[in-house]
This record gives sequence, structure tokens and C-alpha cells, in this order.
Amino acid sequence: MEIPYTVSTRPDTGLWNAKIGIWLFLASEVMLFGALFSAYIFLRVDAAPGMWPHGLLNVPVGTMNTAILIMSSVTVVLAWAALKMRRYRAYWWYMLATISCGVIFLTVKLAYEWPQKFEHFGAYIKPEALGKYEKYLGNERRTEKGMEPRIEITGHLHSQNAKEYEVALDPVNADPNNPAMDRPHFLPLPVTDKIATIEKADVERATMFLPTHSAYFASYFTITGLHGLHVLGGVLVFIYMWLPVSKKVYQRNPEHLANRVEVSGLFWHFVDLIWIFVFPLFYLL
Amino acid sequence: MVGALLLTFTAVTVALSYVDFGTRKANIGIAMLVATLKAGAVAAVFMHLAAEKRLIYRILIFTGFFVLGLFWLILLAWYDYPVFR
Repeated sequence: MEIPYTVSTRPDTGLWNAKIGIWLFLASEVMLFGALFSAYIFLRVDAAPGMWPHGLLNVPVGTMNTAILIMSSVTVVLAWAALKMRRYRAYWWYMLATISCGVIFLTVKLAYEWPQKFEHFGAYIKPEALGKYEKYLGNERRTEKGMEPRIEITGHLHSQNAKEYEVALDPVNADPNNPAMDRPHFLPLPVTDKIATIEKADVERATMFLPTHSAYFASYFTITGLHGLHVLGGVLVFIYMWLPVSKKVYQRNPEHLANRVEVSGLFWHFVDLIWIFVFPLFYLL
Repeated sequence: MVGALLLTFTAVTVALSYVDFGTRKANIGIAMLVATLKAGAVAAVFMHLAAEKRLIYRILIFTGFFVLGLFWLILLAWYDYPVFR
């Protein structure tokens, strides 16, 4: 049985069916991400002073990933245009470029950005013990300047025993009174060789940079994880339309394949659009 | 063309985040403004929303209405829960 209105327009809607289908789906996606973003806003505006970290993510890598995703949005439009001009060869190459961009994005996210976070350690100090670690936190100066207090010491966990953590400090804790540390850096600074000993009795809670670390990382991993799943889904669909099976659809009716590419392209642009908001919200602000 | 524009805007967003506009709120506002412009460009050009059938606009008006409602609920919850203020 032939599926109706894959190419021709349906008289009452004036559109082919998949176009309405994808827009209804995207409408539900807006609600899905809308819920997560509104949760993000709520968690963020209600975060106690010092509880919403800044500058923990790698901005150059995030910028590169943003650029990669934007370029893949361009190539998918070019792939669609090539099909409209009946240039299958060009379509094939543009599609390959799109798929590669998606794969690079995911690889950077899963093989580089996330694992780097999993290796990073942070210890929130109990309010009554903050003074004891003043040389790592620099809160006297921060209070004077009207800045939010620092309540966490971060770095690489060298070793721990029943009583203490030994942490190779991040520059921000190694040199807390340096005005250069007041704002996040564009190029992430490496962990220093300065070691701090933190008593476990003084620690409110200590974890690696996992979702359990804070509301910030919980929302970061949830939203980027769901976004990553969308990228993965898009890549799988694109691979299907790039494989030789698509050539058969093209030979039977090129408009049919063009419409498929247009619909999956709409999804892809939506994923790009979500990232345009995710990037500044988590990486920059 | 639009792609180049979007890449430029990305660079602008990153650059602006290292400029201090006085308060963090101002910085967030400006970054969100740039992001909205970018998202608008993607929707209008890449997703051909600049010239689309009326039915699709209708679907999107509904979506916009409900997603604003969702953010409005957050605002209500904020006034409902004065513990941290």
C-alpha cells in the first residue's frame, strides 16, 4: 500500500503529511526542553550564594562544538538543495559532511568533555570551617569587594585516607586573592602543583564533577545528555538516508528523498537551536 | 551566508561574556538576546519559517503559548516560596 501525501500536498492542509508531523513533533520537543530549561532557571535563581559555579567548562572546546553544529546545519541545507537540483553525488558528499560533524560533536562531548569532568574533584567546606581554609578561598577579600563567597575547593584528588583528602589545587584555589581569578578564563588553566590537605571533618560533601556534585552539574549532564541523544538520533537517521538504500528512493521519486531530507533537516536545525541556548547558559554565564 | 552570520554571532557571544556589563544579570540578558537572534535566524532561514504555510504558524503559536505558560509557572512558584529571600 502506498503511503499517501509523502510528496503531493494534502488538499485540506495544503502541506505534505510529514511536514506537519515533524512540526508537531518539534512542538512537543519544545515543551520537553522548555521544562528542563525552566527547571534550570528555577535551580539557578534559587541557588544559595557560592552554590552556582562559574567557569568550570572548557569554553574553547564548547565554542568549537557550537561552530561544528552550525556548519552541519549549513551542510544539511546544501544536501537538500542538491537533491532539489537532482545532483545526487553532491547530496551524498554534503550528507557525509553532516554526519561527520555530528559524530565529531558527540566524540568531543563523550570522549573529551565529560570524562574530563569525571576526573575533577570538588569539596564543599562546612560553613563553620571556611575560615580554616581562607588561604585557598580568599573570602576576606571577596566579602570586601561584595562578591559571592567561595565555599568549594577544587582540583585533582591525589589521595585520600580515613581523615583527609589531598588535592592538587585548581589555580583559583591556589592563588585565590589574585584579581585575575575573579572572572573565568577563556583558555582553561591547568591544575597547579600546589597540594592542599583538607580534613574530611570539615567537608560538607565531596564528589567528582558528577551529577551528584551540584544542581549545576545535574542540570548540565541532564540537558547536554538529552541533547546528545538527539544528535545521536539525527546522525542515525542521516546515515540511513546516506546509505545506498536511499539511492533506490531517489531513483523512484527524487522528491520523496528530498522531502525526507527536509524533514530530518528540520529536526537537525532544532537540535542546533537548542545548543545555541545551552552553550551560553552553561559555558559562559 | 547565514552560516557565516551564525558563526560570527557565536564569536560575539563568547567575547561578550568576558566583558563586564556591571551586573551578572546584564551579562545574562545580553547573551540571551544574542542567542535569541541566532535562534531566530536558524528558524527563519534554515527551517524556512520566513515563508511557511499558515497551519504551521498556528501549531507554533500554540507551542509558544504553552511554553510561555511553562515559564510562567516557574515565576508563580518563585513568588510562592519565599524561604530564600
